[in-house]
Amino acid sequence: MKTGMLKISPGFEDIMPPEYRELVDNGPYGKNYGIGDLGSYKELLEEHPLCAGCGLALSLRLTLASLPMPEDTVIVGSTGCSALAFPQVALHNIHSLFGNQNAVASGLKRALKLRFPDKEKDVVVIAGDGATADIGLDMVMQSWLRREKITTIMLDNEAYANTGGQESGMSMQGAVLNMAPTGKKFPKLSLPEIAQTCGCAYVAAASPAKPKQLAKVVRRAILVAREIGPTYVQLYSPCPTNYKFNPKETVSLIKQREKDGLYQSKEYISQEAKAFLESIEVKK
Amino acid sequence: MIDQKIVDPDYLLFEAPRTSEYITGSEAVREAIKRANVDMAIAYPITPQSESMHLVGDIYAQGYVKEYFRGENEFAVMSSVAGASMAGVRVFTATGGPGTMRAFEVFPTWAGARLPIVCAFMTRGVNSPLTIQPDTIEMAYLLETGILMLHAENSQDLHDMLLMAFMVAEKTDVHIPVGVFADGFFVTHTRDKVNMLPEDCKLPSYDPYSAPVPVMDMENVPVRQMRDPFVMKSNFISYAAHASWQQEIDAAAERSRKYLNHYLGGLIDVEHEDADIFIATSGTAVSQSREAIAIAREEGINVGLIKIKSIRPFPREEICALASRAKGIIVPEFNRVGWLAKEICNVIDEPRKVVRGPRVFGGMTMPPELILAEIRRIHQ
Repeated sequence: MKTGMLKISPGFEDIMPPEYRELVDNGPYGKNYGIGDLGSYKELLEEHPLCAGCGLALSLRLTLASLPMPEDTVIVGSTGCSALAFPQVALHNIHSLFGNQNAVASGLKRALKLRFPDKEKDVVVIAGDGATADIGLDMVMQSWLRREKITTIMLDNEAYANTGGQESGMSMQGAVLNMAPTGKKFPKLSLPEIAQTCGCAYVAAASPAKPKQLAKVVRRAILVAREIGPTYVQLYSPCPTNYKFNPKETVSLIKQREKDGLYQSKEYISQEAKAFLESIEVKK
Repeated sequence: MIDQKIVDPDYLLFEAPRTSEYITGSEAVREAIKRANVDMAIAYPITPQSESMHLVGDIYAQGYVKEYFRGENEFAVMSSVAGASMAGVRVFTATGGPGTMRAFEVFPTWAGARLPIVCAFMTRGVNSPLTIQPDTIEMAYLLETGILMLHAENSQDLHDMLLMAFMVAEKTDVHIPVGVFADGFFVTHTRDKVNMLPEDCKLPSYDPYSAPVPVMDMENVPVRQMRDPFVMKSNFISYAAHASWQQEIDAAAERSRKYLNHYLGGLIDVEHEDADIFIATSGTAVSQSREAIAIAREEGINVGLIKIKSIRPFPREEICALASRAKGIIVPEFNRVGWLAKEICNVIDEPRKVVRGPRVFGGMTMPPELILAEIRRIHQ
């Protein structure tokens, strides 16, 4: 982002919407904020239409607050609940089609590299489990195999929530959902392991129940993608609407799942990524 | 990168000295892209297109194109091309037949997102049954995707239309994709004389900020910007916004006419304008029609040719004017459905004048005798 790009033309200050004025005066661009600063600045996510207690909305909010360089981050999303929040996100972001997010991001990242050879531009894919693990899995894996320097973040709510709660590849085996009337017949996909096998330099599974951990893995994933190669983060983000639990129990449900051994946070770091992260994390 | 000088598009296309070479249609694609100042090309193989894009890969290796890779399938390639275009670079790709079908969901989004992508379509039959043979049926499906459609008769057309396509697609008041269509094998794999432009010249670069929509690079406002935002609230303003967006894409296609007229010298070429019978067609069917017309004219039949170079926008005024004076219009086509005849019937006052054929498909060639038989029938 060019210095001074985000400003209000003189004389228009009082007619611009308050939220825009706030973004200009108090936004996170170039400030190097983290989730510890939440509440002290204007966030990238304005009001959004997602349900009360939506785990995905919480993950998205924390993810956006963890971006190391929001002023030079372009996001590629996909169809699903998250896409309904993206028009409200104060970053350039793309919704193309269902499942093609990693293909779009591949072209976008390479094009930005051509146009800005001496400047970092982070390309981050943020999409749901349906887009990432089912319809878009081919393109997700191929972008990893091609070693595209993009970060892929899955907001895993274990269902096609936007279309009304259908089974996805990320639903737990046995889960009774639409299109799985007698329970899902096969296990939840192990995408972190697949990501590792496909050449991701950094892979993590986290959740909004531990915001600091979520922030750390998102930041690491983006920094490693910038320098080394593809990275993957899976964020467990339960859906109260389709899984029929109380909206205020989202975080406690994640914690319970972790206790029961049905969800665990993980981190895989390649040797090269480890050396790189050590070099920058020691510097701080 | 190879050192080439940027020249004015009009100089390059209309004035620059040309040298004649005997090359295939695929090689004509390579030669056009060499001079098109393309930033990025993304490839995926499908017969009869594969050679075109692997030759583009060769010129990437030589330094004529800045970035190039093979994608994983046509849907993904067309998506990657969209991403690159939204980031503000000039991109090129090519496909054909089943590849076109595989990618189909993306084409209307190219137009909807106002992306000035240029794609070459080497047309081919689609399943089933499987065939790699020439057939223009995919053009029938693409007619309403919002992309501009030019149809090359031969390698020379293909070469020139590709260069023109970038210039037209990137005009601020157009800024929608252009498909350049060539009949697979008949053009792609056949050697023909092509008048080539100087190798040391290229088109001006694309200016991303000339786009009528924000470039996705976080270097221009507004930053709270989604491409493309959802417009699906259940209210009148939402419906009106969606409808007007679609109308604007149609309007952009209409605005391309003036540029296409300039570059193509008109959306149609007419031979024997005073004729009372016309053959109206596009692509290699034009070449076959020329043969039939030559024989018919020797027999004393006043038959003329309407070569349709632009399918979208469609030359409705031009065809209407010629049709009003004609006894009959014969529309030979290389597909089962006769989409071009339907297009002509849609725009002229007397559709009964249109002979919807002859049509060949499944890879057949079109003997001039088939066209000749129709000419003689109308003449009698």
